[in-house]
Amino acid sequence: MMLGAFQYERPASLDEALRQAAAVPGARWLAGGMSLLPLMKMELADPPALVDLAGVADLVGVQEDGGALRVGAMTRHAELAEHPLVARHAPLLAAAASQVGDPQVRHRGTIGGSLAHADPAADLPAAVLALDATIEVASPRGRREIPAKDFFLGPLMTALEPDDVIVAVVVPQRGAHRQAYHKRPHPASGYAVVGIAASVLREADRVASAAIAVTGVASHAFRARRAEELLTGQVMTDALLAEVASVVASGQEVWGDLYASADYRRHLAGLTTRQVLERLWDDR
Amino acid sequence: MMDPSHSQHTVTLTVNGQRRTESLPPNLLLSEYLRDYLRLTGTHIGCDTSQCGACTVLVNGDPIKSCTVLAVQLPGAAIDTVEGLGRPGALHPVQEAFRADHALQCGFCTPGVLMTAVALLNRDPHPTEAAIRRGLDGVICRCTGYENIVTAIAHAGARMAAPQEVSQHVD
Amino acid sequence: MSTDGGAAHAAPLMGQSVPRREDARLLTGHGHYTADVNRPGQLYAVMLRSPHAHARLRAVRTDAARQVPGVAAIYTGAQLAGRIAPIPTAWIPPGSELALTDHPALADTTVRYVGDGVAMVVAESLAAARQARALIDVDYEPLGAVTSVAEAMDPDAPRVHEGVAGNVALHWRAGSDPAAVERALQDAEVRVRETIRQQRLIPNPMEPRAAVAEFDAADEALTLWVTSQNPHIHRLLVAGVLGLAEHRVRIIAQDVGGGFGSKIACYPDEVLVAFAARDLGRPVKWVEDRREHFTATTHGRDHVDEVVLAGRRDGTLTALAVRTQANLGAYLSTAAPGVPTILFGLIANGPYDIPVAATEVYGVYTHTTPVDAYRGAGRPEATFLIERLVDRFAHEIGMDPVEVRRKNLVRADRFPYTNAFGITYDSGRYEEALDRALEHLDVGAFRREQADAARQGRLVGLGVSTYVEMCGLGPSEVAGAVGFQGGLWEHALVRVLPTGKVMVMTGISPHGQGEETTFAQVVADRLGCAMQDIEVLHGDTQLVSMGWGTYGSRSTAVGGGALSVALDRVVDKARKIAAHVLEADVADVALEAGRFAVRGVPDRAVSFADVAQKAHLAWSLPEGVEPGLEAEASYNPSNFTYPFGTHLAVVEVDPDTGETTLQRYLAVDDCGPRINPMIVDGQVRGGIVQGIGQALWEGAAYDAQGQLLTGSLMDYALPKARWLPPIETDFTETPAPHNPLGVKGVGETGTIAATPTIVNAVMDALGSLGIHHLDMPLTPERVWRAIQDARAAAPLGAAGAGEGGGMRS
Repeated sequence: MMLGAFQYERPASLDEALRQAAAVPGARWLAGGMSLLPLMKMELADPPALVDLAGVADLVGVQEDGGALRVGAMTRHAELAEHPLVARHAPLLAAAASQVGDPQVRHRGTIGGSLAHADPAADLPAAVLALDATIEVASPRGRREIPAKDFFLGPLMTALEPDDVIVAVVVPQRGAHRQAYHKRPHPASGYAVVGIAASVLREADRVASAAIAVTGVASHAFRARRAEELLTGQVMTDALLAEVASVVASGQEVWGDLYASADYRRHLAGLTTRQVLERLWDDR
Repeated sequence: MMDPSHSQHTVTLTVNGQRRTESLPPNLLLSEYLRDYLRLTGTHIGCDTSQCGACTVLVNGDPIKSCTVLAVQLPGAAIDTVEGLGRPGALHPVQEAFRADHALQCGFCTPGVLMTAVALLNRDPHPTEAAIRRGLDGVICRCTGYENIVTAIAHAGARMAAPQEVSQHVD
Repeated sequence: MSTDGGAAHAAPLMGQSVPRREDARLLTGHGHYTADVNRPGQLYAVMLRSPHAHARLRAVRTDAARQVPGVAAIYTGAQLAGRIAPIPTAWIPPGSELALTDHPALADTTVRYVGDGVAMVVAESLAAARQARALIDVDYEPLGAVTSVAEAMDPDAPRVHEGVAGNVALHWRAGSDPAAVERALQDAEVRVRETIRQQRLIPNPMEPRAAVAEFDAADEALTLWVTSQNPHIHRLLVAGVLGLAEHRVRIIAQDVGGGFGSKIACYPDEVLVAFAARDLGRPVKWVEDRREHFTATTHGRDHVDEVVLAGRRDGTLTALAVRTQANLGAYLSTAAPGVPTILFGLIANGPYDIPVAATEVYGVYTHTTPVDAYRGAGRPEATFLIERLVDRFAHEIGMDPVEVRRKNLVRADRFPYTNAFGITYDSGRYEEALDRALEHLDVGAFRREQADAARQGRLVGLGVSTYVEMCGLGPSEVAGAVGFQGGLWEHALVRVLPTGKVMVMTGISPHGQGEETTFAQVVADRLGCAMQDIEVLHGDTQLVSMGWGTYGSRSTAVGGGALSVALDRVVDKARKIAAHVLEADVADVALEAGRFAVRGVPDRAVSFADVAQKAHLAWSLPEGVEPGLEAEASYNPSNFTYPFGTHLAVVEVDPDTGETTLQRYLAVDDCGPRINPMIVDGQVRGGIVQGIGQALWEGAAYDAQGQLLTGSLMDYALPKARWLPPIETDFTETPAPHNPLGVKGVGETGTIAATPTIVNAVMDALGSLGIHHLDMPLTPERVWRAIQDARAAAPLGAAGAGEGGGMRS
């Protein structure tokens, strides 16, 4: 056995989960464990207790809820990638989920876990940002909703309080929008060097509205607001695409590493955005 | 609060068809349970960051990396390891194809690759070459260069789908 | 259909793709890898490794760690000083001025690389050992570190070892007289020169290293299960380091999950584990974790080479000069000094007849993980240089690279061919392999496609590499002459049991190469028995009397040679007994398909199995023949073997991202006759992908402080299935005239050939932009930047316009 001892709880209800987590200072939620367990194995995390959310029935599944999709926090990437409701109403989410890690990771990892971990190069943050999703959160103080745009604050940093748990992700249905996620994965980690999530509504030859979110490029996933403004209401042309590409990462402190420098990432972000938009535009 | 070092959790797991009720410490990884408790050492540990996939087993039919899940996270689960796939002399069609197509050399990654392949073929018996290669995203083989693995999986799929040749080991 | 099994057979098994017998256990989870070994009462060891590249150890405080429940012992370098001898270096090239230094099993006063051992914790559980390790309090005094050869050779640079000036570990020369080289270069019509960096690679076999040690105090006997490519070398070195008697050390390495050179060396870890087992009187188990592998297991390559290639405008190569700085890391690992010298510098001319050639090598200490053999070991580095430079030369004189190669390949009638470094290539039909490759890929048609693609702004390229390598290591006299502190012969014992079943004990130690099958094929053919009646045993020094292991593509060439000679001896003896039984003259009795028959009287015959039984019963044996039926042989090859071939690759580079896509890869190899073509083909494919890995994806990087930036599988990219195209393979067969089986070895050829093939292809794709050399790995950003720079430098509209990029004749 390599891991040190910790307390393990597997509550059946959310209330029980919140109580158990509150009982042990430093307790961590265990969702899919795809990020937390490796950190523990590498001795980079040593929580005194894990509260496993897998037994909480309310946290699983995808439902239509008014004009939105309600995705339980413990829904695994593999299910998200193939769920018919997701395919119909939020294909971008399915596309992003289908590109997380590898098949094995997608069978364990969850949307809630991925968002809460907030890796700067994870796929799902870009998807929920581009879809204007809302993150439903519970804590001993009650429930609240955090818009995706306010959720990601920095590398592995979110608007969650230590005792918050993600309950669900609510995604507006945008069947009429053309959606895509395109990722350039790091060859070793599989994380995004650049990931572009785009949701575009086309009316005749104009862009009625556009949402573009970027991951892998800065300290957290972000919306490319300047690019969206340039697109909105405009006729799609090569010149417009070129201009959009040039501003995708504007205002961002772009990250660089051994594999891809900041300059190169910036270039890839623009190029990939342009390619995604071209593909969406020409679809059907 | 109970002393965590002494806490044991009771879980029932069905490993290779055999149901077991176990009292396990929470800090026991599934891979450790299989290797150290059950001595099912066919499941290998090749890395610590969930990249190599040598530890892949099936949990309720899905491929997962057994080095990145606690045994207590899987109450009631059916776990299939390479030891349950087939035996020498009565190989599973995927094992048979790996042998025929020389899809293994040192054999260390092989159990994880086999389980990944079985899960892939159970979902799609006729995957394209590209789908097979994508399906191998979660495993690393350093010996073969993958091509014989890809070929073997395609051949195994064809064999498993051919009704007259369905083996009794496929269930 | 399986050809394994069945009764005595008529059709030869040599040359047939018999499925591997080792697969039955490996496919069903019943392999016996070191980490699978568990001994009653075993303890678990973990190593505390230095986080600093260079630091003085002011204090290593273990008091708190010792308080952790379950800790059995904590060892530090200071405690072990004098109790464990330094880890040895086993290759001392003569004339290399080798600066040997002590390599303590645990650092005593100074740590010299990130990953250097500081302490070992042994405890009742892995969790306890890890918990205690975290509580060891080390007071490091960080010192300046050097990671590159350029920094290290600066006279003012921090020294890795006191007393080693300029950190130069060795200085070695080979080849033509320096004055002659200088003259030949001066006189040449054309000279091309290039500085080539061959980046550091991290081997990453999928099985991490491991060791389990058990010590029997009554017998003073050590049993050590260890991930080894060469158990007998481990026996010799572990016994020496621990002061144990060699005959009381048993090394077991049954199934080993890949090595690629990284499991040749004797590491501190297995020595420490064995020491602790003796010290504590309990078995001790240690398994490396993957991140540990990145810093604590030897690396490969890491050269900076200055190369000048000279010749005439008609394409004739006349002179080659190579000046190399090889980064050897912080300590000289077991075989390290031989890799950038003997295994590199003697074959720098590749398959080309270059009359004047010389290499000069500086081996340099740095504050990095020790560098030792990695698949190909020296020969990939040599091949990369010459293959890159031939392309540069071809470009310079405006001739197609294929034609330059053809013009300079050693012709088939020149063998045995002695090169400028004095080694003698055994046999070859180099041009035939080239022609065979070109049958599969029409270069003229490709050049037209390339030109069409260029007009659309697409960058496609063709890479070619013709290679030869020196393997089948090797003649022991040569081993001695070049300073290898061991023999390179091989041993086999063939034991026929009373029932006619056969056991083969071989001193090679296959770990994926499939000799349990290929050797059984050889035996089955020679003795006429069924595959299922043959067992090939290896990897246990108690079972196998002697051997030098598996590396240098030597197992089938040298181990197979020993097997072949031993089989001859068994047959000789059995024939005498058969003649006695048949009441015939020995000269008239021949073995065919499992039966000894009297020539011309096929009815007068006795089966091999019957002879085996009679040999063991010994009721009636011919005069002077001892009971039993077994023979052993030690085969000492008279030369290395020299496999060769031609590889071609077609790539496309995306100018917008710099990303390279492999479109085709085609290999024609000649390793002599193939005993099992399926296995040979598998070795080639796997080797090629490892070679492609160096060209495109793999590469270790250190920062200025000596921290490894590529320290996990999250950072260091190993080839993945989805990046690779199907690989086309073909073979020619030119026997090694001196080898009993004619075979040449094939474990390393793919890796040797593939790296330059891919880089040449990418450079061909970029040639139209004026880009002629880039360092590896050719990551998208590196290529993209080169394209950006080239476009910025080129006059508007000039770059790429209608240029095919290739050199045409």
